[in-house]
Amino acid sequence: MAKLALLLLFALPLLLSLTSLLPLPCNAFSVDRPTDRRLLVLVDDLAIRSSHSRFFSSLQARGYDLDLRHADDPGLALRRYGQYLYDGLILFSPSVQRFGGSLDLAAVLDFVDAGHDLILAADSSTSDLIREIATECGVDFDEDPAAMVIDHTSYAVSETEGDHTLIASDDFIKSDVILGDKKIEAPVLFRGIGHSLNTANSLVLKVLPASPAAYSANPLMKLSSPPSLTGSAISLVSIVQARNNARILITGSLDMFSNRFLKSGVQKAGRSIKHEKSGNEQFVTEISKWVFHERGHLKAVNVHHHKVGETNEPSIYRINDDLEYSVEIYEWSGSSWEPYVADDVQVQFYMMSPYVLKTLSTDHKGLYSTSFKVPDVYGVFQFKVEHQKLGYTSLSLSKQIPVRPFRHNEYERFITTAFPYYGASFSTMVAFFIFSIVYLYNK
Amino acid sequence: MGAKAENGPKPPPPVSSPPPLKALVKLKTKQQELLIRAAALALIYVLAFAIRLFSVLRYESMIHEFDPYFNYRTTLFLTRNGFYEFWNWFDSESWYPLGRIIGGTLYPGLMVTAALIYRALRFLTFAVHIREVCVLTAPFFASNTTLVAYFFGKEIWDAGAGLVAAALIAICPGYISRSVAGSYDNEGVAIFALLFTFYLFVKAVNTGSLSWSLASAFGYFYMVSAWGGYVFIINLIPLYVLVLLVTGRYSMRLYVAYNCMYVLGMMLAMQIRFVGFQHVQSGEHMAAMGVFFLMQVFYFLYWVKGMLNDTKLFQSFLQITLTCAIGVGTLALGIGMASGYISPWTGRFYSLLDPTYAKDHIPIIASVSEHQPTAWSSFMFDFHILLILFPAGLYFCFKRLSDATIFIVMYGLTSMYFASVMVRLILVAAPAVCLISAIAISATIKNLTTLIRKKSKAALTVSSKATSNLKASAKALLDQSLPFQRNGAIAVLVGAFYLLSRYAIHCTWVTSEAYSSPSIVLAARGAHGGRVIFDDYREAYYWLRQNTPPDAKVMSWWDYGYQITAMGNRTVIVDNNTWNNTHIATVGRAMSSYEHEAYEIMQSLDVDYVLVVFGGLTGYSSDDINKFLWMVRIGGGVFPVIKEPDYLVNGEYRVDKGAAPKMLNCLMYKLSYYRFGEVTTEYGKPTGYDRARGVEIGNKDIKLEYLEEAFTTSNWIIRIYKVKPPKNRW
Repeated sequence: MAKLALLLLFALPLLLSLTSLLPLPCNAFSVDRPTDRRLLVLVDDLAIRSSHSRFFSSLQARGYDLDLRHADDPGLALRRYGQYLYDGLILFSPSVQRFGGSLDLAAVLDFVDAGHDLILAADSSTSDLIREIATECGVDFDEDPAAMVIDHTSYAVSETEGDHTLIASDDFIKSDVILGDKKIEAPVLFRGIGHSLNTANSLVLKVLPASPAAYSANPLMKLSSPPSLTGSAISLVSIVQARNNARILITGSLDMFSNRFLKSGVQKAGRSIKHEKSGNEQFVTEISKWVFHERGHLKAVNVHHHKVGETNEPSIYRINDDLEYSVEIYEWSGSSWEPYVADDVQVQFYMMSPYVLKTLSTDHKGLYSTSFKVPDVYGVFQFKVEHQKLGYTSLSLSKQIPVRPFRHNEYERFITTAFPYYGASFSTMVAFFIFSIVYLYNK
Repeated sequence: MGAKAENGPKPPPPVSSPPPLKALVKLKTKQQELLIRAAALALIYVLAFAIRLFSVLRYESMIHEFDPYFNYRTTLFLTRNGFYEFWNWFDSESWYPLGRIIGGTLYPGLMVTAALIYRALRFLTFAVHIREVCVLTAPFFASNTTLVAYFFGKEIWDAGAGLVAAALIAICPGYISRSVAGSYDNEGVAIFALLFTFYLFVKAVNTGSLSWSLASAFGYFYMVSAWGGYVFIINLIPLYVLVLLVTGRYSMRLYVAYNCMYVLGMMLAMQIRFVGFQHVQSGEHMAAMGVFFLMQVFYFLYWVKGMLNDTKLFQSFLQITLTCAIGVGTLALGIGMASGYISPWTGRFYSLLDPTYAKDHIPIIASVSEHQPTAWSSFMFDFHILLILFPAGLYFCFKRLSDATIFIVMYGLTSMYFASVMVRLILVAAPAVCLISAIAISATIKNLTTLIRKKSKAALTVSSKATSNLKASAKALLDQSLPFQRNGAIAVLVGAFYLLSRYAIHCTWVTSEAYSSPSIVLAARGAHGGRVIFDDYREAYYWLRQNTPPDAKVMSWWDYGYQITAMGNRTVIVDNNTWNNTHIATVGRAMSSYEHEAYEIMQSLDVDYVLVVFGGLTGYSSDDINKFLWMVRIGGGVFPVIKEPDYLVNGEYRVDKGAAPKMLNCLMYKLSYYRFGEVTTEYGKPTGYDRARGVEIGNKDIKLEYLEEAFTTSNWIIRIYKVKPPKNRW
């Protein structure tokens, strides 16, 4: 009996891992459950499996199925038969020149454009392929392959290293959605290459910018010419939320995720407090929650509009109609849809420019509603909700509705002020009639 | 057809030679004449209809051109949804996102007429489709016009002239051009209404009858409901009345005819929503009102004259009254203009009076080919011998001046002026030209035949007939001494018949070759002489209908707007109803900008597809590249960032290597010539050889960044592009 139990105990993980390999649509990424499930991790050295095990296990503990592969594994494929096999991709393979299998630059970008998420970590050995992926996402790594981010003011105090490439940074982006409610107390350790954001890209954000004193240069060489990247133009960690709500995390430091950085203590230069543990663990865990849609994912359902006093949605409004508009917005908490509460959701009644702009009031159960009067202008309008808030997926709803002018019989039949005119015309008619009779027969 | 056409212009002589039928012999001369006249008229009626069916025979029973598609679409709506829905129709499919109140911005006469005919046919259990009714509406009304022309001719001259006029107008190319089967446009019924109103008014002036005047008011109402050209009536009639007043032809008949027609016509016209209060508020209608008041002053003066019997006293009274009347009138007009109650003349009206006005001020009017000043050749093409007969007719009219002939002279001269200002107004001149020419023909032939008959049967009692035409017979008597007179008369008569038969042949030829093309389907001669049909327009519109989402918005130059909504059933940004210049200019700006600038404009207008017409492969010359300078001008008229010289090289418009850099990279160029550089169009020419302009294009390597090719028709005449959504990661 005990043997059997033992056997079962061995077989169970095997069975579980087997099932995890099969693509199961029931718990895959979907509109109803936006959190990712299946992640492909590509490494260029299988040692990363152990050196970054704390990060991986924290993902697994949150329910992700990790598929860790070597980056030039010939069997690599993101999609099969038109279906994506994974919901997210983690590229921990900075030095890979070519991916194995059917994976290449275009495949990775298509993967993102299909709405899937990406974590990309680089280091000083970053290959052109990884740089190109980053460039396509609006981030340019420093072109000097030997350059690293150096900061002589906010480095982490260390006994062994003196080149100030180990940076302790705590200048996080101020967003609870991206980094969690709990404040990250300890600075985050970073060692790697810096990148800048492409100014043409409006979607990319710095999560962790470098301090104004930082610069990007080769730490082993004497600085002969001014560094190309300096100060807060350098970003250490950046995120992109694409228009289809795919999320991308780009960092120049693969070490950030390593067990060593996660566990190490930190003391920022010039400060007396020495933290027992760096902020890395909290930082990478929280931001991976955001990247894989455990947080900050909104959905809008049940968009309704109707005239005041009616319930059915009309196909056309008339000018000066009073109407009611409502929409339900929910936020994904990682396991269920919770009502989204905000006081700045606005609806526009839009025709080339917003004619009406109203803030929707919420009942704190997800329902947002308002009522307003259709403007005195006819045309094809749109109900537009453009809710773009830092960290949240962008909500952009638009519903077209024509607005017509009055019908010929919708005007007042008799106008009180016009009664003198009615009187005048009718009395003239009568007078003319009498006059005609008198004129014709009174001889 | 030819045989019938020759039947037309041959006017039966008032006293015909003995007909072969015995039954006819038994009839009295008058009855014979009536029978022949009725038969000729009936033949003309059929002929007018039949000659307009060339388009159906050559192509198919379809709606032609651009505006008729809108008329067809609205008629369809009218028959399906009833009059009140039509009256209140707000169309959200055109002029996106502004929309258009169809019911308030069209002349409903044509649609209501077609719908009534349709109802009537349905009631008589003819299972016809509304499209057939629409296709045949214009020929039907053209036939009716011949009847009106007959009665009009009879009213101003005599029955013979009327018959000739009917025959001439039945096949006059100037009129046929706008009334072939399928040309379902306002003008089709409006020319009938125009001539009918004029006829009734002249009849009212001649008779002084209130009922004729009432009828002409209703005729005017129908005209107002059918076409914007009613402004011509409301200005010509006052002008005519004014001329009569000035020439001392004021009479009670005129007073009754004009006042009744004006007041009732105005009241009735106000019922058309598109016209509304314009009769009392717009500068274009003020002449009629001024003449109306002038008539009252005249009447008053005559009344005072009758009461006073004292010439001197009356003279001073006349002076005071006239000064006061003119002073009050000018003051009222001035106050009305200054306070904005009376709107000034519109640009369209100015451009009618001054041919150069539109070119300088309103590019949108000048851009339309049918608004160009008329060339001599098109006068010749559309009128043929009538052009020569017209002055002759005027001569006859002046020889026998009456209220009626003064009217037709004025109608002829004014409409001839307008016809020279705008090509399309040849149509308005056509009835007048036909009538006046008919007078010339009828009078000449009558004189000649009288001459011939006089000589052969000198003793015949023809003179009793001829006395009606005193001058002609007097002239004939005078000429009696000339030698070879009879032979000369016969020669001239033969010559006249030859000319008339040439006219008939010319008209038939023009109709079959030039005016029957639907312009939706293009025909060309192939390399071996066979007819090649290009049906690309419909191919593209059906593609839109089948392959795009129902709420897709299509941007194209405004020429194709009506067709896209009617055939493609998709929303358009601008269409042929050019009421909003800014919106059209926005589209013109998008077409003439660089791709990324155009993309922003298209995003702001929610454009999903862009449609361009391209003739480089087939040699079809009225494509968007040839219209492009107008887009630049119209766009630049509102948005000064678009400058015409940027698209020209030394004032020259070209698309080859020497073209302006902005031209080579603007959206219209890119969309027209995308992938065209790979195509060999003609043997022995390099790739990318544009056959419409006869040059090799200058930019063969066109890359589109924000648009992608969605569909190109089999002959590349229409190319449709899809606007890409914004980039995902940028």
